Amino acid sequence: MLIYILRRLGTGVVLALLVTLITFLLLGTSFEDVARTILGPSATPQTVAGIMSAKGWDRPVLVQYADWLWHALRGDFGVSVYTSLPVAPSVLQRAAVTLSMIIPALLLTAVIAVSLGVWAASRGGVADRIAQGISLLGYLIPGLLLAIALVVLFAVQLKWLPATGFTPITEDPGKWARSIAIPVIVLTIGGVANMAAQVRGRMIDELRRDYVRTLRTRGISSRSIVLGHALRNAGSPALTVMSLEFIQMFGAALIIENVFALPGYGSYAFNASLQGDIPVILGVTVFGVFLVIIVNLITDIANGWLNPKARVR
Amino acid sequence: MTAPDETSTGSTRPGDRVASDAVSTGRVARPSTELLQAVQAAEASERTTVLRRLLRDPQAMTTIVLLLVILILGLLAPIIALHGPNEAQLSMVNAPVGTPGYPLGADESGRDIYSRLLYSVQTAAVSALIGASVALVVGVTAGLIGGYFGRVTQGVTEWLFSLVMTFPGVLMLIVLMPVTKGAYQATMLIFGVLLSPGIYRIVRNLVLGVKNELYVDAARVSGLGDLRILGRHVLFVVRGPIIIAAAFLCGSAIAVQSGLAFLGVGSLQVPSFGAMISSGFRNLYIVPTQFLWPSLSLGIITASLVLLGNALRDVLEGSQPKPAKVGAGQRVLAPEAADGGAYDSRLLDIQDLSIAYPDPNGGLNEVVRGVSLDLDKGQILGLVGESGSGKSQTAFATLGVLPNEAMIVGGSIRFAGRELIGLTDAQMAPLRGKEIAYIPQEPMSNLDPSYRVGSQLVQGVRATLGISQREARERVLALLARVGIADPQRTFDSYPHQISGGMAQRVLIAGAVASRPRLLIADEPTTALDVTVQAEILDLLRDLQAELDMAVLLVTHNFGVVADICDRIAVMQSGRIVETGTVEEIFRDPQHEYTMMLLGSILDENVVRTDAPVDAAGGKS
Repeated sequence: MLIYILRRLGTGVVLALLVTLITFLLLGTSFEDVARTILGPSATPQTVAGIMSAKGWDRPVLVQYADWLWHALRGDFGVSVYTSLPVAPSVLQRAAVTLSMIIPALLLTAVIAVSLGVWAASRGGVADRIAQGISLLGYLIPGLLLAIALVVLFAVQLKWLPATGFTPITEDPGKWARSIAIPVIVLTIGGVANMAAQVRGRMIDELRRDYVRTLRTRGISSRSIVLGHALRNAGSPALTVMSLEFIQMFGAALIIENVFALPGYGSYAFNASLQGDIPVILGVTVFGVFLVIIVNLITDIANGWLNPKARVR
Repeated sequence: MTAPDETSTGSTRPGDRVASDAVSTGRVARPSTELLQAVQAAEASERTTVLRRLLRDPQAMTTIVLLLVILILGLLAPIIALHGPNEAQLSMVNAPVGTPGYPLGADESGRDIYSRLLYSVQTAAVSALIGASVALVVGVTAGLIGGYFGRVTQGVTEWLFSLVMTFPGVLMLIVLMPVTKGAYQATMLIFGVLLSPGIYRIVRNLVLGVKNELYVDAARVSGLGDLRILGRHVLFVVRGPIIIAAAFLCGSAIAVQSGLAFLGVGSLQVPSFGAMISSGFRNLYIVPTQFLWPSLSLGIITASLVLLGNALRDVLEGSQPKPAKVGAGQRVLAPEAADGGAYDSRLLDIQDLSIAYPDPNGGLNEVVRGVSLDLDKGQILGLVGESGSGKSQTAFATLGVLPNEAMIVGGSIRFAGRELIGLTDAQMAPLRGKEIAYIPQEPMSNLDPSYRVGSQLVQGVRATLGISQREARERVLALLARVGIADPQRTFDSYPHQISGGMAQRVLIAGAVASRPRLLIADEPTTALDVTVQAEILDLLRDLQAELDMAVLLVTHNFGVVADICDRIAVMQSGRIVETGTVEEIFRDPQHEYTMMLLGSILDENVVRTDAPVDAAGGKS
């Protein structure tokens, strides 16, 4: 099990290196544009060259990458080109906003999707059609439109929830819940649409397996077979779906938080990218990849717990 | 962000490796050209019927027509639009719906919404085209290569794509804005690559599936090159899932492009639904309709694509397995066909049992036709026949565990005088394990892979006998020792994948006899095992039968097994019992020609024999 985790961690490190290297190489061409943007209209070739050499941007890209990596490994992600604020704390602060929407949405999604999927697969008939209808509906409406529609309904028309703004959970949990309620609902609807269908499919497969028939012949109750055996075996593929769902949700959140003017990861990344703020872009990328690695690792560990075969690999 | 659902997660998880035989030579005889021609003809005829079915499917047709109309309107934009997409008229800022020259009004910059909508369709179409085709080209190529060629290639592509799959896609698209310089086409190109792992998975799994099919082997042996095979035969198999995925890919690409444009990623000069929604959203409180038009258009397009994808799936892949209510019991067409009278002293009495499965044309296809069997206390009956003769179905019906699709269309099954047909699972449960027990054919697939062997058995014992955890545990350990497992504690604590097939079959036998059933149904209990293990298992069954005085219904295709331990034999062919009798009668003097044929076939076979042969076996020589 330990070797398994270490191997997955190793893959994660390779992923992080690869992504940052590719980003660095792709952005390598735009250093001059950044220098020109900093200087504004008064830029002359001399002043641009001055900034380039002052910042060390005139060195070969690979050297710069190695330099960045060396500092990053020791936790120093540099400062923003424009604001001179250190990158790491800002990234964490912005990520906290986005994660505080995604985590509740993901948990809600898991609970609802599993219940819906199990219900559909073990009841069949009308229950199955209802569950399929719900997940189709979630598919049909783009999250962006749903977000706007819910803002109009709950914030503008009914005035139940705030339309924009964010309150950190540490400040006032009640206000926090209200400020993220609509984004969480939107993310959850999209997530459930995705996941419920998967859980349903896995459960149908499991319930047709030989061991289910054999357990039935031993007089074990249907409830125990569905929840104790079939769901447990459907659980490990469902977990993989959930880790992919996290990545999906992360992407969706980046766009949706804009509707609510939430000071999240999306707007931070967007502004940095718009300005070509390279240290921030790299910080944002690294943390994004890091999140994915952590989620995958958690998935793997949970998978090992659920699935005895994974443990020995 | 709608993603292609099944495409984003293939049936195989990252990290799983599907074993493949690197070489498969010498297995197949050189195929005739007739075979190849037949395959090609089948391909051609399937193509036309699929098209016809698609044309007849209302959901597919409606969405296709709708999408085509929208696409044509978009293409005609330069002709039918009243203004250029970025033509701003200060006097027309926020013009209301119905203003002359501005049928849907104008936006915050005084641009004609109707014209912008038409041009946005172009942007959406180009996004879908680029995103989907890049994903398809990359995914299909890699899938074909990864699935068809050797292990190393497969490992490398698998690793690469599981990396791409974990990319936080939208974040990358935002971050790479300085690289794409605001061109949405470049963004969609990257997005296509990020979408490709889903396609890669589908194609690779399909290719692995067909790689060793006979017709691919046939093509290979007949001298076709790898490229020709991939192009002709393998691509043919994967085209259905790819067409389905393409619809979802287009939807994803359009949704992501709109989302990014909504954020402001990309050139402001490009008219798109996302940009229009963003502008409408800013003006939501002043002119709500500005928001309505692009949202409606985007909604209709993405919903149509999803519905089209679903319709395509139904048409191309046929009906998917449908769930049924767990615990509802077996489906019965004609309940209470029995006379309902005469008390029967027999332990098991099956009369006129018929079981049918639905066929694709909506009719019923009978697999068991009027089977009658009976079994007394302590007796062993061999139910013999070739595979597909309906013997397992008969066994399942007695246990009440027929598959969901199966339907009992007639007859009765009485156990100790009680009618079993029509009982729900809850009504059957008290009988199962305690009165009627079951030993399956394939040992490995009949153990739940997630639980330790011991706990699965304990659960059964507790369900039937209602004893404490400790008592059940002791009982199971004793049983494991009884069925000949050398180290019961170790097996008890093992997971199914840690024990051998023969051991697993012993475990299953222990599970079946754990609650001292009166009737044991053994469905080919030795078929999946090595010859030496087979003999031991038969010995064990015979001993247990004598010890517990069980009646045994032994389902098998092997007359050697029957001769070894049965009292009576019923021979089954095509859903009917063609002959019954004692072992001696059948072996000495078979009446039916099918029985004679089956008996004839065992003379060549190495019949397992471990102890003194039953008298009747003499009839063989």
